[in-house]
Amino acid sequence: MATTQIAPAARQRLLPPETGRAGFGDALRSEFTKIRSTRSTYWTLLALVVVCAGIGALASAGAAAHASEISRATFDATQQSLAGLYVGQLVIAVLGALTITSEYTTGMIRTTLSVQPRRGVVFAAKAVVFAAISLVTGLIASFASFFIGQALMSGHHLSVTLGDPGVLRAVIGGGLFLAACGMLAYGLGAILRHTAAAITAAIGLLFVLSVLINFLPSSWQDHVDKWMPAIAGSQVWATKETPDAHQFPAWGGFAVLAGYAAIAIIAGLVCFRTHDA
Amino acid sequence: MIEARGLTKRFGDKLAVDQLTFTVEPGRITGFLGPNGAGKTTTMRMILGLDRPTQGSVTVHGKEFTKLAYPMHEIGALLDAKAVHGGRSAYNHLLCLAQANGIPRRRVGEVLELVGLTEVAKKRSKGFSLGMGQRLGIAAALLGDPAILMFDEPVNGLDPEGILWIRNLMKALAGEGRTIFVSSHLMSEMENTADHLLVIGRGRLIADCGVAEFIERNSVQSVRVRTPKPEILAGLIAEVGGTTVPGAGGVLVAQGLPVDQIGDLAFENGIRLHELAPAQASLEEAFMELTADSVEFHAHAPSQQDAAQAASNGHMHPTGVA
Repeated sequence: MATTQIAPAARQRLLPPETGRAGFGDALRSEFTKIRSTRSTYWTLLALVVVCAGIGALASAGAAAHASEISRATFDATQQSLAGLYVGQLVIAVLGALTITSEYTTGMIRTTLSVQPRRGVVFAAKAVVFAAISLVTGLIASFASFFIGQALMSGHHLSVTLGDPGVLRAVIGGGLFLAACGMLAYGLGAILRHTAAAITAAIGLLFVLSVLINFLPSSWQDHVDKWMPAIAGSQVWATKETPDAHQFPAWGGFAVLAGYAAIAIIAGLVCFRTHDA
Repeated sequence: MIEARGLTKRFGDKLAVDQLTFTVEPGRITGFLGPNGAGKTTTMRMILGLDRPTQGSVTVHGKEFTKLAYPMHEIGALLDAKAVHGGRSAYNHLLCLAQANGIPRRRVGEVLELVGLTEVAKKRSKGFSLGMGQRLGIAAALLGDPAILMFDEPVNGLDPEGILWIRNLMKALAGEGRTIFVSSHLMSEMENTADHLLVIGRGRLIADCGVAEFIERNSVQSVRVRTPKPEILAGLIAEVGGTTVPGAGGVLVAQGLPVDQIGDLAFENGIRLHELAPAQASLEEAFMELTADSVEFHAHAPSQQDAAQAASNGHMHPTGVA
C-alpha cells in the first residue's frame, strides 16, 4: 500500500461524452444509489409499514370487539383500518427530513455539490427519488393496513371491500397522504439543514398543531382545524363525511396538505440554491 | 488551469479572502500556503462553487465551476475526507458520485484499486481510519480522470507512511501531466512536493513564485561548520566580513561568506573541520518570516536568542537533503 502504480501514458484517458452535460437523469441514478445504500432507509420504511399495519390492526380489532355498539351508518371501516397513518406520517417525516439533512450533518453535501454544482438538479432529483420511494412504501403500508383491518373486522359485518364507494380512493389516498407528509418534511429539512430541528418542525406542524387546536374555543376550532395540514390531508383516507361537516372534501383536503408541502419544498429549494453549502 | 480574479469573500465583518488574483498553471504542482485561517479552504470552496464570492470570480478551464458540463472530468477535489456519509460503503459512495457525472461503474473498481481500498470496498466508511478516509476522498477525486486535482491539507493528521503515499501520488499524477493544486500550512511538505508556490496570509496573496525563488528571496544563505576551535574560526570569519552564531559542540552558523571561502580560510589557518555544509533557511523559516505579520492568532514570538539556538541545533536543513 505504500506506493501507487499509475502507469503513465499506458492507461487510456477516461473521456466525458462529447456533447451534453451531467444532468437530471444522472442525478436521479446517483440519488437512488444514495437512498438505497444506507441502512436507515430500510429501517424507516419497514417501521412505516409495521407501524401503520400494527396500529391499524389494533384499532380494527378494538372495533370488532365492540361491534354491537357501533352504528353502521356512521362507522368508517376504511378509516378505522388506516388509523396507523396518524403515527405513520411521523415515521415518513423522519425519512423525508433525513434524506436531505443527513447530507449536511455528515458533510456529504460538499462532496455532492462538487460533482454536480447545479443545485436545482440535485434538489429535484433527491425530491423525485424520495417521493417515489415514499409513495410506493406508503401505498404498501396503506393497502396492508386496509386488508389486515378488514380481515379482523369481517367476522362482525363491519368490513368493507375495495369495491365499496370511496374505498379504493381512500386506500390509495392513504399512500398519497404519507408521501405528502414525507415531502413536507423534506422541504423543512432543506430549510433547516439540521436533522433534529427538521424532524421537530415536521412533527410540530403535522401532529402537535392538530392536538393544540383542541384547546381553542370551539367557534374558532371549526374555522382553523380544517386548515391544519394533517387534518386536511386525512380527509382523503376517509370514506364518510365527518359529523362536523365543516371539513374539506377528500381531494380538497389533500390539496391543502399538498399545498403546505409545496410551500416547504419551494422555500427549501430557495435556501438550497442560495446559501453557501 | 484555475484563474482567480479579484476573488473576495466576506463573512459578516471578517474578510476571509481579500482580492486574490492568481493562475494555477497546468502540468505542475502548485502549493497553496498559508497559516491556519489564512483563507485557503475558503478559496478552494469558492473554486468549487460551494461558497459564492462576495466579489471577483474564479474559473476552471475558463468557465465558472457551476457551468462545467461534466465537472468531475475537469477537476477532482478533496477538501475534507470526512465529507462522506459514514453509513454508506466505500463502493456505494463512489458509485453515487460516478453516476452523477455518467461515469461507468467499472471506473469505481479502478479507483478503489488505485488507492488500495478494494478489500474494504463493501465496508461502511464510518469504520475507516483517517488514512483510509483520505484514500477514499482521493479515489472520489480521481473518478472522472480529471486534468486538475485539488487537495486541501491532504497530509493533515496522517502517519509517515500515509504522508509518503500522498506525496508520491501527487508526483505521479503531476507526472501524467495533470495540474495539482494543494494547500498546506506546512512549508516542509511543500518544499518536498511543490513546483510553484502561492502564499497567502489573512486572505491576501503574499507571494506567487517558484519554490527555489521563494527560498532565495526570503532567506539568507548560511554555512554550517563544526570545528574543535570555533572561537578562532569565528574570529577569522569576522575579519573578512562574515558573521557567525555559535552553537553547542563546536558548531558555527556563518553568514555572508560562500562555503568555499570558509573552507579555504580554515585550511589556510590550519583549523581542522569536522563538518562543512551550505545551509539554507528552510521554506518553513522563509514562510514564517513572510507571514509573521499576517498570522491571525499570535502565540508569543520566540526571542532572537531562541531562534539562533534553534538554528545552531540543526534546524536548518543542509541544501538538497531535507
